Amino acid sequence: MTSLTSLIHSTICWRILKGVWPLPQSFTISSERYPLNPQAFYFAYGKQSAAQEGCSVLDEAFKRYFSLIFPDYISGRFYSEAIFILYALRVSAGQASLKAETVWGALRGLETFSQLVYQEDFGSYFVNKTEIEDFPRFQFRGILLDTSRHYLPVRAILKTLDAMAFSKFNVFHWHIVDDPSFPYQSRTFPDLSAKGAFHPMTHIYTQSDVRRVISYARMRGIRVLPEFDSPGHTQSWGKGQSDLLTPCYRGSTPSGTFGPVNPALPSTYKFMATLFKEVSSVFPDSYIHLGGDEVNFSCWKSNPDVRAFMQKMGFGTDFTKLEAYYMENIVNITTALNKTSIVWQDVFDYHERIPKDTVLHIWKGDPASYEAELSRITKAGYRVLLAAPWYINHISYGQDWQKKKIHIPFTGTEEQKKLVIGGEVCMWGEYVDATNLTPRLWPRASAAAERLWSDEKQTSNVDKAFPRLQDFRCKLLRRGIQAEPLFVGHCKHEYQGV
Amino acid sequence: MLKFASLLLALSFCQGRQHHNINNDDEVVPVFQASKYSSLWPLPQKVQISEISFKLSGTSFKIVDAKESSAGSSCSILQSAYRRYYEYMFGSAKKQWGGKNRRADLTELHVWITSPDSECDAYPGVTSDESCESFYGGLETFSQLVYEDEYGAKNINSSKISDFPRFAHRGVLLDSSRHFLPIKVILANLETMAMNKINVFHWHIVDDQSFPYLSRTFPQLSQQGAYHPYTHVYTPADVKMVIEFARLRGIRVIPEFDTPGHTQSWGKGQTDLLTPCFSGSKPSGTFGPVNPILNTTYDFMTQFFKEVSTVFPDTYVHLGGDEVDFTCWKSNPDIQKFMEQQQFGEDYSKLESFYIQRLLDIVSTTQKGYLIWQEVFDNGVKLKADTLIHVWKGNQQQYQNEMANVTASGYQTLLSTPWYLNRISYGQDWQGFYKADPQDFKGTDEQKKLVIGGEACLWGEYVDATNLTPRLWPRASAVAERLWSASNVTDIDDAFNRLSLHRCRMVERGIPAEPLFSSYCPHEYKGV
Repeated sequence: MTSLTSLIHSTICWRILKGVWPLPQSFTISSERYPLNPQAFYFAYGKQSAAQEGCSVLDEAFKRYFSLIFPDYISGRFYSEAIFILYALRVSAGQASLKAETVWGALRGLETFSQLVYQEDFGSYFVNKTEIEDFPRFQFRGILLDTSRHYLPVRAILKTLDAMAFSKFNVFHWHIVDDPSFPYQSRTFPDLSAKGAFHPMTHIYTQSDVRRVISYARMRGIRVLPEFDSPGHTQSWGKGQSDLLTPCYRGSTPSGTFGPVNPALPSTYKFMATLFKEVSSVFPDSYIHLGGDEVNFSCWKSNPDVRAFMQKMGFGTDFTKLEAYYMENIVNITTALNKTSIVWQDVFDYHERIPKDTVLHIWKGDPASYEAELSRITKAGYRVLLAAPWYINHISYGQDWQKKKIHIPFTGTEEQKKLVIGGEVCMWGEYVDATNLTPRLWPRASAAAERLWSDEKQTSNVDKAFPRLQDFRCKLLRRGIQAEPLFVGHCKHEYQGV
Repeated sequence: MLKFASLLLALSFCQGRQHHNINNDDEVVPVFQASKYSSLWPLPQKVQISEISFKLSGTSFKIVDAKESSAGSSCSILQSAYRRYYEYMFGSAKKQWGGKNRRADLTELHVWITSPDSECDAYPGVTSDESCESFYGGLETFSQLVYEDEYGAKNINSSKISDFPRFAHRGVLLDSSRHFLPIKVILANLETMAMNKINVFHWHIVDDQSFPYLSRTFPQLSQQGAYHPYTHVYTPADVKMVIEFARLRGIRVIPEFDTPGHTQSWGKGQTDLLTPCFSGSKPSGTFGPVNPILNTTYDFMTQFFKEVSTVFPDTYVHLGGDEVDFTCWKSNPDIQKFMEQQQFGEDYSKLESFYIQRLLDIVSTTQKGYLIWQEVFDNGVKLKADTLIHVWKGNQQQYQNEMANVTASGYQTLLSTPWYLNRISYGQDWQGFYKADPQDFKGTDEQKKLVIGGEACLWGEYVDATNLTPRLWPRASAVAERLWSASNVTDIDDAFNRLSLHRCRMVERGIPAEPLFSSYCPHEYKGV
């Protein structure tokens, strides 16, 4: 194939679309096909394209996608030119064109194009005459990795970012610290990781590690959303920052154990302001996840100073008010840093006085209860992210990807629906580390990816999705992603590692 | 002054003993131990670990044959194991401890094989295994006693251990039919089996979905029946490699060629082997189990199992016999006629028995013993007295009843029901595997003795090279300890502490064994 002309409108050809995932919004693929010659094929910036040679995101992407499209081809020449959305992709004889408003759309279009190319038994490459217009259903399509319960080597994170781009995920929610360990090496408070990480040298993320993750993600059109969860889930913080956590009491004496962050001390807020100032400069994304989930009140209750503070503030014995007070302060800190806050749903559940631009993150309950929560939160006018159905760390026997493909349910007005900005697949780390992360995540997360990207009506049939996902999974293997099988069968190129 | 540990293997008594008798006059270094048995897994029968520790150095440490040993440098099993274990103990350390100003306290491990016949060139077998595996067990145990201190130096504590397995048959089943498993994956898991003192690789090599075994006699079986005739098959050389790799680690390879059900893939390369199903009076074009009424079937099986018996040196072969669906047989008019002739009435299990009995006769002529799944026993097929019945069905009460019934009938048995590791669930399911015990059923002591062990099964519907290893380990390690260690080793907390360290050791040796819970390993998995 070398130059582009006419378009053919034909009925949807599922056979040819089998490896395309998530399904584009609208597409026409004809049975007319063109051979691709790796020696002659190149990407070029369109003459009218705003991005031209030197645009690092696209230059890098061309390089990447060349070898994804032609996995057998060793040394390719790269003419760093090209065309680009979100995107419109048109493949016709001689030339293919990809039009996108921004480079991010172009990245998605390149991914789709690379999925359209297939190899015949004799090794030659083909692409069919195609026309695609595509855009995501939701703007926030995230994956959460938890690097506190187990440390994930940077390499494992980068590999996940690769695979995320293949499924058109665009947010890496980095649950970077939690009770078990504090691997983030802070410039301002180096003791946090020196004392709070599993190991102060080998089990930390240095500033350059973090930068590397962010820039690797950026090249793939992925935002990095850091989460510094407080006031609960902070046991590891206390090791390197004295007086941050609440000392628990047994009777009238300290028991030697610690609870959530101490909300009664001014020093706490000073520390948080300094830490978040650093975090907001290290992580360029305009959002910060502040956590706020699962705060256990028993330690606060036991502490006489906290009780005195409650009295002083007029909170009575309602500790949710104390928690709300704390979260409000933290949200104000990040607002002052020009960052938008995302918090777990708990914050909404006990407290409605939070800034309107805060995003609520739903993680709890069965379908009935998260549906109700979706309605309540959007009715109150807040934007919302859904994670509850996609706790992918929960495993069970069989094809549970089908359940991950659940439709996003709702009772509410159109206005309310617009407040749902997307969803997130959560891989909590209790039972997951570098040994099993990739096969546990893929292709199960891809099921959620399609729900978040594609049109729900076109993709609700699980039986139709199955062969396409199976083919996509083989494609992941071919690209070196250790994605587990959906059911019995084989891939032409099996995974070659152990 | 002698500075060595000895590994004494009293093969003549079919039981290994291991001592670490170390003369030493150096300083005593106290060592922190989470479990008083540190990271030993599976727990040896008798362990005494003292507080006295000795330093080892990779530059000076040697594993050598004891003078009195009946096996020497010509014994390839020993020599390749020495090297393997040296690498486990010292290979990962980037900087060898032991600068010139430091001394190593322990420089040699003497390995003493006491039996006159060292079995160096033999295959591990049912009868010899307790003795032979003491050797692998002993080296593995020694390597597990070695630990790294905070300066990266290798240490070992003065210890006395004598050890032998509780059960002779400690197996792992891998299924290479539902998904093809590249040789590399099989070898890596044999390696890991040895780390867990598992001594049987039950190779469920073919099934409905594909026939990857390349038969010399019937090459069309894999040519037509494999997922791909070249990239998804096990050639004779591959099979040989697996068997030899296993032998060097004291692991038996028992192949399973399951019939008459689970044979869809066989039919592709062998016409007339499977029963044609009928819809009404016409063949429907689909096929059922092996056709039991044709002489050609038995001619085929005779030739086929003759080949199998020469390719696989183990004295046992697994013949399957599970889950036979009768609907196709019922639909076929020729079979109906045959049933009438044989006066089987409507009882198709009699037809199944008819097939199995002829098959067992065929296999008996190859001088092999056989294992069969429990249905064959349940259906009352006449079995040779030394047949092993493999129990896999039902809930706890049902399998315990089955074990009682099988042993009451005088047959030897092994258990898999509680160890279907392909069935995953959220959380620490290894604890359930750990608590199950194959001798936990109502029966006499005589009956209990007929339990030869058990097997962890990893069926392949949802498993291939991408996820096999982390799904199997360390969950199968829980089974390994149940089958090796004394029956009263049941402390879950102590097991957790040791197993956590054992899993980190597997990770350090390059095996992606998944975590038990939130935690870390000093050397995390590098193979991402």
